[in-house]
Amino acid sequence: MGELIFEARSASYRYAGAATDAVTRASFAVPRGALVGIVGPNGSGKTTLLRLLLGALTPTAGEVRAFGAPVATWKRRALARRIGVVVQREEPTFPLRVRETVALGRYPHIGAMRALGPADHAAVATALARADATALADRWTATLSGGEWQRVRLARALAQEPEVLVLDEATANLDLRHEMEAFELAAEMVRAHGLTGVLVSHHVNLVARFVDRLVIIDRGEVLAMGPPAAVLTREAVERVFAWPVDLVHWRGVPQFVPLRRAERAASQEP
Amino acid sequence: MSRWVWLAVLATLALAAAVLVGPAELGLGDALRALGGRGDQVTVAIVRDLRVPRALLAFLVGGSLAVCGAVLQALVRNPLADPYLLGLSGGAGLGAVLAIALGIGGAWAVPAAASIGALAAIVLVYRLAVVAGAVLDTRILLLAGVVVGSFAAALVGAIMALSPAEHLRSALLWLLGGFDAASWQAVGVFGAYAVVPLVLLVRESRPLDLLSLGEEPARFLGADVEPLKRRLYVAASVLTAAAVAVSGIIGFVGLVVPHAIRLLWGSTHRALLPAAFLLGGALLVAADAVARTAFAPLSLPVGVVTAVVGVPVFAVLVRRWAS
Repeated sequence: MGELIFEARSASYRYAGAATDAVTRASFAVPRGALVGIVGPNGSGKTTLLRLLLGALTPTAGEVRAFGAPVATWKRRALARRIGVVVQREEPTFPLRVRETVALGRYPHIGAMRALGPADHAAVATALARADATALADRWTATLSGGEWQRVRLARALAQEPEVLVLDEATANLDLRHEMEAFELAAEMVRAHGLTGVLVSHHVNLVARFVDRLVIIDRGEVLAMGPPAAVLTREAVERVFAWPVDLVHWRGVPQFVPLRRAERAASQEP
Repeated sequence: MSRWVWLAVLATLALAAAVLVGPAELGLGDALRALGGRGDQVTVAIVRDLRVPRALLAFLVGGSLAVCGAVLQALVRNPLADPYLLGLSGGAGLGAVLAIALGIGGAWAVPAAASIGALAAIVLVYRLAVVAGAVLDTRILLLAGVVVGSFAAALVGAIMALSPAEHLRSALLWLLGGFDAASWQAVGVFGAYAVVPLVLLVRESRPLDLLSLGEEPARFLGADVEPLKRRLYVAASVLTAAAVAVSGIIGFVGLVVPHAIRLLWGSTHRALLPAAFLLGGALLVAADAVARTAFAPLSLPVGVVTAVVGVPVFAVLVRRWAS
């Protein structure tokens, strides 16, 4: 195992006033160059876990490290130079052009007041091209469709020139094509450009097709982690999603099919 | 580039007009001679001691209010935010009136008292809004601002009702708002209080861009959100307080000017803040000139003029925005 990008050591988090932990004693690691999926149903704690990894929340017990140091010791700007995050949605208060929005990805590099230099303009252009958003550059963000907005947010994260690309339910509101495009781009950035990728999603089947390893979260706990073929068992999926499924294999990757009630009895006969 | 030329021309024209118009009509030649200290002594006194400091003060206050409005709108992520609606002006007014009523209202002390009032107001507004729900809702924040502003106005009324007459008079004069008391001293006091917060706010231009995306995207793009917000609130409070201390409560400049700039040139704060300063300054100078001359020899409070112009302009801006 090479250098660790993220490492959770028995990390727990409980929201103020809550009776139980949102994340309980989570331990796992994301090595450099890996593409890791964090999956689980809505409300399982995967967003809380991600916020712990990104230092947006401080664990109430245990420890979270990023790049070998406790994540709380990193300055936000230093982290933003290394980690680009694509969130599910955002609503800018005021109209911005796509190019201006993507250029904000240069903030970690240039700071509050400096004008964009040639290197920054080049990074913005490259990011727009990689996210297939060059044609959108002069549009107002308020006129973008959901899929276009997602490409723009991806471009902004790439403009940070990060070592790590994180997609936090970035595709939850989108149709299949845009979701596949986003995952393909993340995979491409990992394979061809040496980034580390983290995909957080409840679309287990899709994520399993892309990642090297899956982290399955169930009620705040890490239920299993490892290569999809090893951890994506029928028992695990049924437990986490509380619904009977059948597992099929497609090109060596397990994919689950939710069963109808009538089908359940039939599938258990043999 | 040309937009800066336009704004500079507009600001210069407003300042020049403000020096030329008034009860004593002056030609450009007279005014320029008087500015250089030549010509008859009455004209020299009118230009140098009355009109120039008044125009300058109106310009600096208008620009500062516009910058405050732009910053607060990004900070609370609500296009209707401004120093008045968030209760900053009301709190500053209460602080200033209290100082005047207690007889500690020297020219340098009033802005300090107003700053304390504005900071107390924004802390109270924030606490009220947070009590209402775990996640801060900016609409509740604005509502809390209006409530705190009303409360401050009620206390101001009580203080004035209970104060001895001579204190009451100076508080009343001040409360109406405007630049009748403008002087070189007021320009100096305002400049001294305003320069640090103005520089601080302009230096946070790109973080303001990030904040207007939302706090979570801002954090992941590298902004230290909580300390940043505290700095911005304190700077905006002190700047508002300095404006209120020298010119009373003037509404709508902070609301309308940033929107006008955004519609014309977009929303990135590196351009927005300086442009809003120039346009806000020009607008308030022009409004003050209108307030002095429209019903001469009577004069209107300048806040009346900014409201009469600002409300319809705002209505038009909102409609254009929606379409």
